[in-house]
Amino acid sequence: MHNVWPIFKRELRAYFDSPIAYVVITIFLLVTGWFFTTNFFVVAQADLRVVFGIIPFTFLFFTPAITMRLISEERKTGTMELLVTMPISDTAIITGKYLASLALLGAMILPTLVYAITVALLGDMDPGPMIGGYIGLLLMGAAYLAIGTFGSSLTESQVVAFIVSFFLVFVFFLLDKVLFLLPIWLVTPVEYLAIEHHFQNISRGVIDTRDIVYYLSLIVLALYLAARSLAARRQP
Amino acid sequence: MIDISHLTKLYGDQAAVDDISFKVERGEIVGFLGPNGAGKTTTMKVITCFMPPSKGDVTIGGYSVLEDSLEVRRMIGYLPEINPLYGEMNVVDFLRYISELRDIPKERRGARIREMVDICGLGDELHKDISQLSKGYRQRVGLAQAMIHDPEILILDEPTIGLDPNQVVEIRSLIKELGRAKTVILSTHILSEVDATCGRAVIIHRGRIVADGTLAELQLDQEGKAIINLELLVEGNGVADRLGQVEGVAEVREVYPDEAKGRNFIIMADVGSDPREHIFKAAIDAGWTIIGLMKEVRSLEEVFHQLTMDE
Repeated sequence: MHNVWPIFKRELRAYFDSPIAYVVITIFLLVTGWFFTTNFFVVAQADLRVVFGIIPFTFLFFTPAITMRLISEERKTGTMELLVTMPISDTAIITGKYLASLALLGAMILPTLVYAITVALLGDMDPGPMIGGYIGLLLMGAAYLAIGTFGSSLTESQVVAFIVSFFLVFVFFLLDKVLFLLPIWLVTPVEYLAIEHHFQNISRGVIDTRDIVYYLSLIVLALYLAARSLAARRQP
Repeated sequence: MIDISHLTKLYGDQAAVDDISFKVERGEIVGFLGPNGAGKTTTMKVITCFMPPSKGDVTIGGYSVLEDSLEVRRMIGYLPEINPLYGEMNVVDFLRYISELRDIPKERRGARIREMVDICGLGDELHKDISQLSKGYRQRVGLAQAMIHDPEILILDEPTIGLDPNQVVEIRSLIKELGRAKTVILSTHILSEVDATCGRAVIIHRGRIVADGTLAELQLDQEGKAIINLELLVEGNGVADRLGQVEGVAEVREVYPDEAKGRNFIIMADVGSDPREHIFKAAIDAGWTIIGLMKEVRSLEEVFHQLTMDE
């Protein structure tokens, strides 16, 4: 598993050697910044509830954009042949690449701490929802990215990878928005599967193992499927 | 060292490689020849664990590509046909990345990279992005990548493609040099390459091996018989019959009989024998004047063409 490190490093550098990292971070900050300023200065609320409310939606577009090239690009250019004939397990390849996308997500969220600091300095902030909100964002983003990594492992076209990943995360995003359509006995299980539902729990400042278990199992499952899809070419 | 046994690779219903078997011993340089689409690249992709065989197995130093894929990959250096490289990396960063993936100990990485840069002549291109390199330099980077961990086995798919004639000569002599200590399989459809670098050739056509042997062996007749061309100044009948009784001669055919300029006989030798000495002595005993006695050497091109021609 020590081979994860070089893959992680190369992948992260590839993000910053190309425009992807800069475009993604800039646009993400513009969008969240707009919601933050309008809410904070106009409505004069000392919290980030509106920002945390909009981020799960923006993640629908940003995380597939981050992950779409991860595996597709190497399949397209043929460097995957080089990588999989190195003495490295498929799991290590997927893990290294996934962690690099997670690091980029971290770099994308990090500047929003400025908003949090502004709120803390200017108003009377409740630290619980703030800390919970950031932990929730990271966990939820990590789950989105794992699904995106799987999406990227399916095809050599980055566009297809984007659309498939977007569709998959959109389904998880939508689940708790359509609960009113469902028979009552289905509401609780479907709600448990919904990706934003657990974020809302955590961002209230309540860190429950059920929510953490949900995100971790979703991540492990998606990465497992990605590794299987990478290994599929080894099938006779 | 490399043992390919009953390897079959199917794409759908079609067999790209159909039940081929051959062994490569340590220190051999084997040329893997065949027309485009014959199954060379597929075979190499199985050996390097990029794809599994549909049937059969390949073992490298006792490790199977199916069971011990990681061990096999550790022992092999591979230059794929398309020579995929990360365009946005520069040469040094790329080689460092590969050396990390290859588990070269940290303290030896710098030395290995320097050595590869020297051997492959990359000194002036170190800090250029790979996407800016010419095809020949990209090929050198590919070779450096394949050899950086000092592998016991090198699998090179068309290693000299895209190089200029000087580079071709350099790379060939490099491969030859390496082949003293290593086991090399290189695929090519350039026949002179096999002549220049390989001790042995395996010719594959439509997924099957149609010839396997040293170059000298391949240049014999298909059944392994040497062909000798004899010109005599002699008159009278019975010369061919007399020649047929010489030790080591299997068959004699007279062509272009012209008693004034010399008569021409095509002699097929017995398998594995060279009867020129006996023919010479027989001619002296019989009082014939030999004006030509030559063992025919078929060019590799002829051999290749004959073996891979479709009816």
